[in-house]
Amino acid sequence: MTLNSKIPDGPIEKKWDNHRFNMKLVNPANKLKYHVVVVGTGLAGASAAASLAELGYQVTALCYHESPRRAHSIAAQGGINAPKNYPNDGDSIWRLFYDTVKGGDYRAREANVYRLAQVSNNIIDQCVAQGVPFAREYGGLLDNRSFGGAQVSRTFYARGQTGQQLLLGAYAALSRQIGLGNIKFYDRREMLDLVVIDGQARGIVARNMVTGKMESYLGDAVILATGGYGNVFFLSTNAMMCNATATWRAHKRGAFFGNPCFTQIHPTCIPLSSDHQSKLTLMSESLRNSGRIWVPKAKGDKRHPNDIPEEERDYYLERLYPSFGNLVPRDVASRRAKEMCDKGHGVGATGLAVYLDFSTTIKRLGKKWVEEQYGNLFDMYKQITGEDGYQQPMRIYPAVHYTMGGLWVDYNLMSTIPGLFVLGEANFSDHGANRLGASALMQGLADGYFVIPYTMGDYLASNKFSKVDTNHGAFKDVERDLDSMTKKLMSIKGKKPVDEIHKELGKIMWDKCGMGRNEARLKEALQEIPKLREEFWNNVTITGSADSFNQELEKAHRLADFLELGELMCHDALQREESCGGHFREEHQTEEGEAKRNDEKFAFVAAWEYKGAGNAATLHKEPLTFEYVKPSQRSYK
Amino acid sequence: MSEQTMNLKLKIWRQKDKNSKGQFVTYAMPGVSPDMSFLEMLDLLNLKLVRNGEEAVAFDHDCREGICGTCSMFINGRAHGPLKGITACQLHMRTFTDGETIVIEPWRAKAFPIIKDLVVDRSAFERIMQAGGFVSVRTGGAPDGNAIPISKAVADEAMDAAACIGCGACVAACKNGSAMLFVSAKVSQLALLPQGYAERKTRVEAMVAQMDAEGFGNCSNTYACEAECPKMISVEHIARLNREYVRAKLV
Amino acid sequence: MGKPTKFLTSSVGRKITLALSGFFLCSFLVVHLVINLFALKAKPDGTGAEMFTQYGDFMATHPIIRPLEWSLFAGFLLHAVLGIFLFIKNRQARPVRYDMNRPSENSTWTSRFAWLTGILVGAFLVVHINTFFIQSRFIQHRPMIDFIKEAFASPAYVTFYMVALVFLGYHLKHGLQSAFQTLGLRVGRYEKLIDAIGVVFWLLIPIGFAIIPLYFLFAY
Repeated sequence: MTLNSKIPDGPIEKKWDNHRFNMKLVNPANKLKYHVVVVGTGLAGASAAASLAELGYQVTALCYHESPRRAHSIAAQGGINAPKNYPNDGDSIWRLFYDTVKGGDYRAREANVYRLAQVSNNIIDQCVAQGVPFAREYGGLLDNRSFGGAQVSRTFYARGQTGQQLLLGAYAALSRQIGLGNIKFYDRREMLDLVVIDGQARGIVARNMVTGKMESYLGDAVILATGGYGNVFFLSTNAMMCNATATWRAHKRGAFFGNPCFTQIHPTCIPLSSDHQSKLTLMSESLRNSGRIWVPKAKGDKRHPNDIPEEERDYYLERLYPSFGNLVPRDVASRRAKEMCDKGHGVGATGLAVYLDFSTTIKRLGKKWVEEQYGNLFDMYKQITGEDGYQQPMRIYPAVHYTMGGLWVDYNLMSTIPGLFVLGEANFSDHGANRLGASALMQGLADGYFVIPYTMGDYLASNKFSKVDTNHGAFKDVERDLDSMTKKLMSIKGKKPVDEIHKELGKIMWDKCGMGRNEARLKEALQEIPKLREEFWNNVTITGSADSFNQELEKAHRLADFLELGELMCHDALQREESCGGHFREEHQTEEGEAKRNDEKFAFVAAWEYKGAGNAATLHKEPLTFEYVKPSQRSYK
Repeated sequence: MSEQTMNLKLKIWRQKDKNSKGQFVTYAMPGVSPDMSFLEMLDLLNLKLVRNGEEAVAFDHDCREGICGTCSMFINGRAHGPLKGITACQLHMRTFTDGETIVIEPWRAKAFPIIKDLVVDRSAFERIMQAGGFVSVRTGGAPDGNAIPISKAVADEAMDAAACIGCGACVAACKNGSAMLFVSAKVSQLALLPQGYAERKTRVEAMVAQMDAEGFGNCSNTYACEAECPKMISVEHIARLNREYVRAKLV
Repeated sequence: MGKPTKFLTSSVGRKITLALSGFFLCSFLVVHLVINLFALKAKPDGTGAEMFTQYGDFMATHPIIRPLEWSLFAGFLLHAVLGIFLFIKNRQARPVRYDMNRPSENSTWTSRFAWLTGILVGAFLVVHINTFFIQSRFIQHRPMIDFIKEAFASPAYVTFYMVALVFLGYHLKHGLQSAFQTLGLRVGRYEKLIDAIGVVFWLLIPIGFAIIPLYFLFAY
């Protein structure tokens, strides 16, 4: 099978316009005859479901939460980018496009990124109209701030809760359509498999998490907006329930998986305190605007940080990157912190942390100023660690935060299975090898509000659908298979709880496929993961019953998939013999220890095809060409 | 960081499903680190239970950052536990003392039936939102975001209301199981903003009607909701809802 | 949008009705107190009560007072019946109680027990209306001042009064600001004013009422 990204012809500024004109439309009266199943109702899913229902399609939406408002989109703090150029500082669609392609280290599709930059302005307008209370200036106009090292102020925000407010906006639109009866919504349903009939995605089977029953949902097309897979690492800033099951099981039905090894590691998280921890907490990147990062010069220095004199401290980012200092991009800051800790300079009980010190700023601008800027973050830090960040430096360490990889999709956001569309973090499309700050919200809403309503219509108008219902053999087969898989899981009755095995997987992934990767360790991981998977299927223990609310069983289904996805991530990391963005292969670095891309050999999207249990996945390459943003080495010296 | 661990007793509500009769079960919980979060302590309990072949305690949780509003438990007689302005997931064990017995119960309200153990069904909130918690705009066609200036004070106040995470602590803490703080937060946010103006009459009527239909109690202005709200949403929004209601019905 | 309900069958509408009837009763309290204070002019030698008696006669006999009197009773009845009805509804909203509940950490007891202080005040009113109103109007047909002198000569009766007034104070302490909130008037900039009005009602008015029995018990 050859990959066809279906990028429209024409100059990049015209591609989306031309495409919108060329796409087929569904007659308004006929829209009611089409039925779309939307799985996942975070930013991307809720906006897609609401927009499609507004157009007149019949929509079924499902989520594994009790409410769409719980989706992890809600946790995004910083903001959402749009090149409105309200501050008159030289921003433009072109500049956002350029920044995003470059920030992604030249591993994203230009055409997709350009469209993202184009529609991002409409997102702000749409959200304002929904009643999203964006921050405003005294004159009543929208406020912007600069974020994530961008040189222009293009980030719109709602206090530190932008994700929450945007999600609540999409949720309101979704709720309105549910109330009007245009969307049938099912809560506490977890998709466990995709149903493909005559080569088309025609529905899903989901487990009713309250009754345990497998339920079939039929549609003419299926949208997955099920988020990222960062929890393969067990510890991440993702919410506890975030998982890869929907995308992975679609992958096993034929959807290619794109760039699975591209993981973003966020530098300013609260470090692990001990192995009881089950979740890491992110602190806004803005802290690096005022805090200085350092480690003791002496290895294993156990003195209290306030007792370590100035000349015995190593402000390593300021030393290595004199011009950017503490504001280097996420991937660089994260990697350097790890390097310092690996060399034995790490601090705190575990030795896996570096200091983020505000004393210079407090001396210069006063504690009150720091409180005003970052008070809530200092409070959160104190709540979690019991330490006062004003009195002594905070301890920080990088943590898994976002996955750029995901199901491969074409320009229309359709996967390699006809009729299966993938939106938001669940797809691989727009961020390349590294996502810029305030871009995740932008992409989720762009996909849901402004891309899928058009491309879905084109797909429905261009295809014929056989008349089937959920009694069709394909649905019944999947239901039966899932019941027997569940029965098998329940019957193992081994010794290890799901979380224990998940922690072991997370440790392998973090040590061997985390911030720094090399051939030897990846190969070790590829030995260890199948063994762990074997142990899971022989030694996991799940209490409770299959036909009731059972969180242990839910976790077991998810872990079964993580144990397969983790292996693919390692294969992908192993084949990508270069360093780019969040993917750092230690063999491929410059003399100064910077990421070294290999554009000649690796300017492609790695799209993996599932070949059945026990068989190696097949790698397909979608070449990436850069006509408008010429690749260059990133430098922050 | 503290090295000492605590020995605790947990008295937890266990209930098989909606229709079963529940009861309290007491668990000994040794070796609790003061640095653990409350939910991590429950994770540890569950690991122990599962290793012993006992069924894990079901409890709703997700983001563990205090923003998704999923966690919902009544800890030692308080919604989300003894501290102000935080959710249960942000509560840490250093708040408790060695030897203490901690009582953990689900939210209790007629409108929030128990699904299992500490998990309750809050879909009543969904239906209230579906009745009117929105501005009726379609995707596309929105005017420029700066077309209507909104004073900073009004935008800030709307944001105060919009900060609601829909956790239901207001209902759980209210002696009447009233949902007025939740409903008023949305009514108030959209009444403050010009975008919500056109539908303010129908919105407040529809949301109050749905709230009543769900079996929540009446507000008797004890302000327990405000005191227990993890986002410290003010009862001034309830006053605004009342004003909106008077305006819709009597003016 | 969903369908609205009728004002009087909605929770907010009922609360507003309760608040308005409460305000109406408060206005009666003021009139009642002002007239009663004239009783303080009564001297032990039997003089001084003329003004009070005049008012009493006017209240008892003038036709314009009848409809007011009936609307006052209706107001009481509405406030009491609605209050008890809402109390029952509110209990039903939580069929299973908490095993451990610490409401004192999030609310005042006057607000939580307004229903109870209301019932106690109601019980007092039954005794109070019988002692004065029913006796003087329908049974004994003597001047009101005689009933006052007789009733407040008993230390037990005065003690009963004092306790009842304490409950009235607590009821008003919650009730008044609660009514402002229910009518949507309790907002930031008026909060201080409302609190001040509250003090007048929950503290000064019960004290004013308390002076009368104490005067007749001790100074008379």
